[in-house]
Amino acid sequence: MAWTRFAKKSPLQLVITGVLLALLIYWAWPVFDWLFFKAQFTGTDRSACTGEGACWLFVRARFDQFIFGFYEPSERWRPILVAILWILGFIPVRLARFPARKALIPFLLVVLPVSSWFILRGGFWGLPSVETSRWGGLMLTLLISAIGISLSLPLGILLALGRRSELPLLRWITVAFIELWRGVPLITVLFMASVMLPFFLPPGVEFDKLLRCLVGVVLFTSAYMAEVVRAGLQAVPKGQHEAAAALGFGYWQSMGLVVLPQALRQVIPGIVNTFISLFKDTSLVLIIGMFDLLGMVQAASTDPEWMGYAMEGYVFAGFVFWLFCFSMSRTSLRLEKRLEQAR
Amino acid sequence: MKSFWPSICGLSLLITSSWLQADTLDEVKKRGFLKCGVSQGLAGFSSPDKAGQWRGIDVDLCRGVAAATLGDANKVKYTSLSAKERFTALQSGEIDLLSRNTSWTIVRDTSLAVDFPGVLYYDGQGFMAPKKLNVKTLKDLNGATVCVNLGTTTELNLADYFRSQKMTYKLVAFEKNDEVVAAYDAGRCDVMSSDQSGLYADRTRLKKPEDHVILPEIISKEPLGPAVRHGDNRWGDIVRWTLFAMIEAEELKITSANVDQQKANSNPAVRRLLGMEGDLGKNLGLKADWALQVVKQVGSYQEIFERNLGANTPLKIARGQNALWRDGGLQYSMPFR
Amino acid sequence: MAQAARKKTQGRGLLLQALALLIVVLILGLIIHNTVLNLEARGIASGFGFLSQPAGFDLAFHLLPYDETTTFGQLFIIALLNTLLVSAIGVVFASLLGLLVALARLSQNPLIRLLGTIYVETLRNIPLLLQLFFWYFAVLRNLPGPRESLEFFGVVYLNNRGLSIPFPMEPAAAFYIALALILGLIVGHYLRQAAVKKRVEAGRFPAWHLLPYAIPVIFPLLTLLLLGQRWQISWPELQGFNFSGGLQLIPEFVSLVAALSLYTAAFVAEIVRAGILSVQKGQMEASEALGLTRLDTMRLVILPQALRVILPPLTSQYLNLVKNSSLAAAIAFPDLVLVFSGTAINITGQAVEIMAMVMMVYLLLSLSISAAMNRYQSKTLHYLGQRS
Repeated sequence: MAWTRFAKKSPLQLVITGVLLALLIYWAWPVFDWLFFKAQFTGTDRSACTGEGACWLFVRARFDQFIFGFYEPSERWRPILVAILWILGFIPVRLARFPARKALIPFLLVVLPVSSWFILRGGFWGLPSVETSRWGGLMLTLLISAIGISLSLPLGILLALGRRSELPLLRWITVAFIELWRGVPLITVLFMASVMLPFFLPPGVEFDKLLRCLVGVVLFTSAYMAEVVRAGLQAVPKGQHEAAAALGFGYWQSMGLVVLPQALRQVIPGIVNTFISLFKDTSLVLIIGMFDLLGMVQAASTDPEWMGYAMEGYVFAGFVFWLFCFSMSRTSLRLEKRLEQAR
Repeated sequence: MKSFWPSICGLSLLITSSWLQADTLDEVKKRGFLKCGVSQGLAGFSSPDKAGQWRGIDVDLCRGVAAATLGDANKVKYTSLSAKERFTALQSGEIDLLSRNTSWTIVRDTSLAVDFPGVLYYDGQGFMAPKKLNVKTLKDLNGATVCVNLGTTTELNLADYFRSQKMTYKLVAFEKNDEVVAAYDAGRCDVMSSDQSGLYADRTRLKKPEDHVILPEIISKEPLGPAVRHGDNRWGDIVRWTLFAMIEAEELKITSANVDQQKANSNPAVRRLLGMEGDLGKNLGLKADWALQVVKQVGSYQEIFERNLGANTPLKIARGQNALWRDGGLQYSMPFR
Repeated sequence: MAQAARKKTQGRGLLLQALALLIVVLILGLIIHNTVLNLEARGIASGFGFLSQPAGFDLAFHLLPYDETTTFGQLFIIALLNTLLVSAIGVVFASLLGLLVALARLSQNPLIRLLGTIYVETLRNIPLLLQLFFWYFAVLRNLPGPRESLEFFGVVYLNNRGLSIPFPMEPAAAFYIALALILGLIVGHYLRQAAVKKRVEAGRFPAWHLLPYAIPVIFPLLTLLLLGQRWQISWPELQGFNFSGGLQLIPEFVSLVAALSLYTAAFVAEIVRAGILSVQKGQMEASEALGLTRLDTMRLVILPQALRVILPPLTSQYLNLVKNSSLAAAIAFPDLVLVFSGTAINITGQAVEIMAMVMMVYLLLSLSISAAMNRYQSKTLHYLGQRS
């Protein structure tokens, strides 16, 4: 329909489209050839690869490492269990009519991240302990982003409230804090967290490297989150504050029950965008020597056994990252539409 | 509010006093494991195998120190560090011991607040080039692009060498050794420069190792060894004498396989080393059988060399300078008495 | 009673602020206290004396003269310039490409629209670091060596050592001329403002009203004369191992700029598109009725209004680009993070001072960019406000 109308309106455009399409097929064909038609999917080692197309054997051979890193093979049910817990935890959020949805929030924001940490770490009740330095692959990527997301949102809300506060001193402190974190690159933050933190602590105080990175990631993201939430707070009409005050609500009541729910709804796309950038930024931990999905791919592609197949590794990792980010952005779009209809 | 500042002062005094007593051996014992800084993957020195277990001669030194101090060579937590992170990590206390093919130089020894207890491997800086470039000597390298590891003595020696020879070069410095190898293999640079042992290790990782040659010349001395924080002498002694115990064991022909039989040996030197006579561990703060544990659980210098670098490994490095002094090499243990 | 309640909240507010201040002072104090004691206890040198020591290593890419005697202080400036150069070029390319993609996404042609969408949805959903690795390790690996370079028109060469293009002068001279151009533009801008002010006051432009336009030309020309630089095109040619002559762009630079601008362009495109869409449809129809062409409508009607919506998010994208340029450390481009907080830390061992300097630079950069953008924005709004 649209096409015929378009064609009738402008025959020149139709010609342009045709030429473009031809060029596109001419250029895209070799890519598909490489990706699928001439690619090698089966075999045992690199000698099976002809070099004509992609060698997906590389990804197959290292698939377990790409997903779990060096996590002990016999203990891999633990990350799987944690993944299931997270999925189960988030289903009720999507079900609009789940009775105790509100009560779930602290569970999701606190209990879930903390318990996943302990399940993965082990070392109690007969669970063998697994050093965090052995965690890696997609599991590490997801873990850092999941924990980062669930902790940075509440912290970001607090910071945003601080920035909008009527108390000048509190406002200045939060502004300084937010601008500091937003002003510096994440890799310098990670470098500080990974090797310099003991400088700032009393001797003997030490905690896990991954945990330190998480703290860095959470503080960094919460500053961005604060700015997003602030925009939402600004968009809530002043009358709402006044109405809440007239009802005799105190600060926390009026914020928690009246203002924040409206503000957060306004900025759902912004919040999801911050989540997406956090998810992508987790790949930076490879610079400080952790093996997330990208780090694992990078390490595997410099392994003598598979040297020279970096392209396949990057395409695979890129696809996985894309899948997660794209579905997150679609979800946010859908939410936005639904809220717009509700309005 | 009145008692606020005094209590802060009290608190800081409390914390300060704990600083002055900071003692690495006590911390390690209390913690129950040793924190050892290693490389991000250099075959033969320290690299994770397929199962993620760390292996290499640098790793064996960490294991030796853990065996001496904790009685269990496996109680080590490895932190992989890039060249640029290593001294910061050691200074800050992120690790107890840096065992990461690090060259002992005067500047590092005197201005970085680190100490070098000994030399684990005598090396020198060399060059690797593709055969098809037809490079015979270093003199042919004028104008070449050189890939190196960032923040190493390699980078500084290179600048000195080319300056003294009045030649020019282009530098590409990567943070990770993996990246140096990948870039060299991709043809980003004409030659790659590093410690010569490292070049042998890296050559095995190229797509076609047989197409590359390691030039015979060496442009520097690179005594690679462990490093510890300056100021904790007892801890430095422990690392130094753990290394010497391995060398001494080779001199006395003690190995991990025969160490239990050697306990019956009547040679006083053997008996002293293994803690049968006297107590050499006491002043180090260690148990009497500390050296026995090192040899039993990790091995003599010969064993760790052959296991990680020797003829039966892909590296196939000959003992050369790293032979014992009595065989014409440089490895020499100070007397155990 | 209301007064009493207000007093109570005021009192609580004061208490809260005092508490917040106390916590901040306490945390900062403890950190400083710990650091000083830690550095002392470990005998680590402190202070900034190292800045006057020679650095002693080489750099692959520098705008100012550099040799082995260059000090760490000078090295800091040189590395900072590299960061700034990459960011500036990245911002320009990202903006142009972003605008192009935004227009593609708004095109009437469904195929062009689809291509725009594919571009945006692919590039913004893949981590920048991965894209950087892709350009550097995967694409570079497939380029030929210098002796088998890809040749374009016999003057431009692409190989795994980078891009060689003919250049009319020494690259260093070009740098100074570019500086003069920027200076000229700034001075010109202020002169123009002064001229407009004169016109408002006196009713006509002063005699020198064309000067603001001439200065951005005069400054670079003067620099050119001062440098004694002759226009002499130098062509890249293969000498020994590598190409020399012309302008040599190392692969690290090329892939960093490519990755940064391609990635950021996807975000810029979305911002521009949203901005254009925010301008009401009626405006487009009105300008169509006035007989404006599509291009003129875009240029004269839509873009100036859309700018209002576009600017704030665009600023934060530019800021992100500047900060993301620090990923250079992953592919060996000698930027501030790689050289200064990398090699320099390793040689001097003064991590605390160096990290403080590096973070301060980024902080200042981002604060000044957002300040400049805020200023520009308030001006634009003012200007638009007068017109509407």
